[in-house]
Amino acid sequence: MRIRALGVAAAATVAFGATACGGSAPTSSAAPSSSAPSAGASATADKGSGKLVIWADPNRTKALKPFADQFGTENGVTVEVKEISKDNQQTFLTASQQGSGPDITVGAHDWIGNLVQNGAIDPVNLTEEQKAAFSPIALKAVTFNGQVYGAPYAMENVALIRNTKLAPDAPATFDDVIAKGKELKKAGKVKEVLCLPVTAKGDAYHVYPLFSSAGGAIFGTTSAGDPDPKQVLVGSKESQAAFEKLATIGEKGDAALKTSLTNENSIPTFAGGKCAFLVSGPWAMADVKKSGVAYDITAVPAFKDGKPATPFVGVQAFFVASKGASKTLAQEFVTNYVTNADVAKALYDADPRPPALTAALDAVKAADPDAGKFIEAGAGGIPMPAIPEMSAIWEPFGIAEAAVVKGSDPVKAAESAQKTIDGSLKN
Amino acid sequence: MSLDVREAAEVTTPPRPRRELTTAFVVSRIAVLAVAAAILLYAVPPLVAAESWISLTLLLVASAVIGYLYLTRRFVPAKYLVPGTVFLIAFQVFPVLYTVSTAFTNFGDGHRGDKAAAISAIETGSVRQAPGSPEYGLSAALKGDSLVFLLVDPKTKQVQEGSPDGLAAVQGARLGVTGKVLEAPGYTVLKAPEAAARAKQIAELAVPTQGGLIKANGLSRAVEGRATLTYDAVCDCVKGGGDTWTADESQGYFVNAKGEHLAQGWQVNVGFANFARVLTDPTLSAHFLGMFTWNMAFALLSVLTTFALGMGVALALHHPKMRGTRFYRIALILPYAMPAFAMLLVWRDLFNRDFGLINQLFGLDVDWMGGMVSAKFAVILVNLWLGFPYMFLVTTGALQAIPRELTEAASIDGAPPWYAFRKVTLPLLLVALTPLLISSFAFNFNNYNAIALTTDGGPFPAESPTVGGTDLLISYTVRLAFGTGSAQFGLAATMSVFIFAIVATISAITFRRTRKQEDVYA
Repeated sequence: MRIRALGVAAAATVAFGATACGGSAPTSSAAPSSSAPSAGASATADKGSGKLVIWADPNRTKALKPFADQFGTENGVTVEVKEISKDNQQTFLTASQQGSGPDITVGAHDWIGNLVQNGAIDPVNLTEEQKAAFSPIALKAVTFNGQVYGAPYAMENVALIRNTKLAPDAPATFDDVIAKGKELKKAGKVKEVLCLPVTAKGDAYHVYPLFSSAGGAIFGTTSAGDPDPKQVLVGSKESQAAFEKLATIGEKGDAALKTSLTNENSIPTFAGGKCAFLVSGPWAMADVKKSGVAYDITAVPAFKDGKPATPFVGVQAFFVASKGASKTLAQEFVTNYVTNADVAKALYDADPRPPALTAALDAVKAADPDAGKFIEAGAGGIPMPAIPEMSAIWEPFGIAEAAVVKGSDPVKAAESAQKTIDGSLKN
Repeated sequence: MSLDVREAAEVTTPPRPRRELTTAFVVSRIAVLAVAAAILLYAVPPLVAAESWISLTLLLVASAVIGYLYLTRRFVPAKYLVPGTVFLIAFQVFPVLYTVSTAFTNFGDGHRGDKAAAISAIETGSVRQAPGSPEYGLSAALKGDSLVFLLVDPKTKQVQEGSPDGLAAVQGARLGVTGKVLEAPGYTVLKAPEAAARAKQIAELAVPTQGGLIKANGLSRAVEGRATLTYDAVCDCVKGGGDTWTADESQGYFVNAKGEHLAQGWQVNVGFANFARVLTDPTLSAHFLGMFTWNMAFALLSVLTTFALGMGVALALHHPKMRGTRFYRIALILPYAMPAFAMLLVWRDLFNRDFGLINQLFGLDVDWMGGMVSAKFAVILVNLWLGFPYMFLVTTGALQAIPRELTEAASIDGAPPWYAFRKVTLPLLLVALTPLLISSFAFNFNNYNAIALTTDGGPFPAESPTVGGTDLLISYTVRLAFGTGSAQFGLAATMSVFIFAIVATISAITFRRTRKQEDVYA
């Protein structure tokens, strides 16, 4: 009897502990007004909340903190920067839907379509002057349905990073890249012709410059110049030809593209000097610099007689949550505060991705030429499509890519991908 | 009638002796009541704020029942049953019911909220700045007790008062260098912290103009804008831009004559549409048999291989002549003690054709994760490595319970060891372990991690980009429902209901057969 009673007590305590842990997140932010210090004498009577909650990923949390605190002091409010380490977009959506989300979230511009269709973010009104301060491509990226939905602060795109000791000259065409890579491999100086992550399931983002240079396309364009979800071109004749081109440099051809190259091993392989060329973005530079490899950054070159190799440009932005408790403060922070060049510079120092503000970029370029080189490499790029329909593209496209790289029939792969995409977009 | 008689009889019996008041008894009672009270205190304010009266009533009733049960001396069995039952309902029954009810909706990205939220998102998202209108410098101020905007035209430096009644000129205002209003006769200009404290009111204030509305954009700027799309309750439609989008309650979208819909939708009941979609999905029906067969094979082989290896090792260590068993046991538990998530990723990289340890160690050039057969072999191998320590543990436990005399007796009777094992030890083991084997089968049938973190369903043939060679029903479901970015919770719930039905049927049949087997051996 005694033992059993103790067991019940223990079980109850454990279960209570579990529920308390599981449920603590919503309440802590659901009732911010009660704990917020009342600012100013007249504030006591108001129900207005003097608290701003910002969600960011681990890289940016630290950089944002001092600026958030400064904003807080200037406006007499508390600003909390909360680190969200995984699935930021879905976490934000779920939380804002149940009313426990932040006032501001930091994320990639290609979230916009999905966040808008879920009514999770509000437009951001930038003045003409503020708009002019951004690089045009960054501004275009955060514009969705003719409306600006976020304040951009950093840009990223892939470029060709070259080991200058192994390959001193910048290649003019991608055929040169492959020729040089094969030559070095034959001479036993490198292990791989090219380090471009393909992975077993394909990687549409990294391969896109090559795909576009070979004539392929994902969407047609609307009259406004935006990607048109009604015209999926993954299975078009041009895209079939582009997949064919990928097949010729794949495992059964030049072996420049290989499914065994993944996001985990491609950067270390280049940093280890076992690969003369790496197609990657600014996030690779920390490892590359640490390894001491002599390098240079240029745009991914086009194929000989091919179209321009256009990389996808991704833009990091601040979004105002439409269900946030302090929307006015959030608008103030996003439109009038983080559009400041100093903030952009500080975020760059914490996580070196080129700033979206031209003034901040100029300042950064002077200190770190790599940032300027990446921007130059992305000059011909296109913003990653932000329309929600893009989520139906990534996986079928990637699988088609991996299949042709392994030697499957490009026409069949392109057609199956198109069929899958059409099927999921119809629903 | 008989009840009355018994109660009457009980009255005459002497009162039962008081139960002993042990520490455990007091602690358990306080604990349960404290938990109930804590949950009550914790959950009531948010529930009231959200106006979910049904949940609130349920919570109050449950707490009242718990309080009543534990404050009286009666209902002794219920005292033990209630906490478990409450948690069973909260964490098992409710999620199942919720999953089933979600299966009938279109809940997912684009359909997360209700219609009112969709309308407000459509209207807010369509606000465009009125052409030619200035971006006003904004100072929030109090006129008497009511909040007003002091709007400064950046070009003319003219100051106007903005209130819900419209715009009015302000005379004699003093401006700062940055163009903000420092003071104005008749107004109390709010300083930044004061304005921040009234942020909500500032956001709500709208100044009507001919071009639309002037609304605050942060604390220091205001913009005149107009919603280009507006909802009309009369026709239940959204109008604007020369088009009309009518609400379609069957799909939860505003649809125009061309069949296009606005981005923002809402959650609606779609009946059996998700079930129909699962059953008629051409990729699924074309590949279902193959995927189901592999799913069965994966679950069966995972159980059989892990059990065979685990039992073999357990038998070896159980042998009386075995030395250093403690060391071996620790070494064998290691795979089980490691987090499976990390181990699965490590194994994925070990199997990489060009960079993986396995090919380099054995001098092979096998594309493990890229071949239909080799990928299947690889995932089963990985699952064996992760799973056999568990089987080893449970077999060791069950072996301790089998008296050694039985096998000794068999060997005295002249039975060879293999025969004794097959006829004596194994049947006794199976009686004890079959339920565990069945649950292991059910677990592996839905072992999403083992697939998602190693092959992620691959290799994918060019002809079928959605169904991979090692896809289980569950990993296929996750891909179908969540793709790479967008979530379709309704469809995922439907697939879960199907998978639940399959697993439940298989388990029910096997348990029934096991009971017969127990009759034979018991």
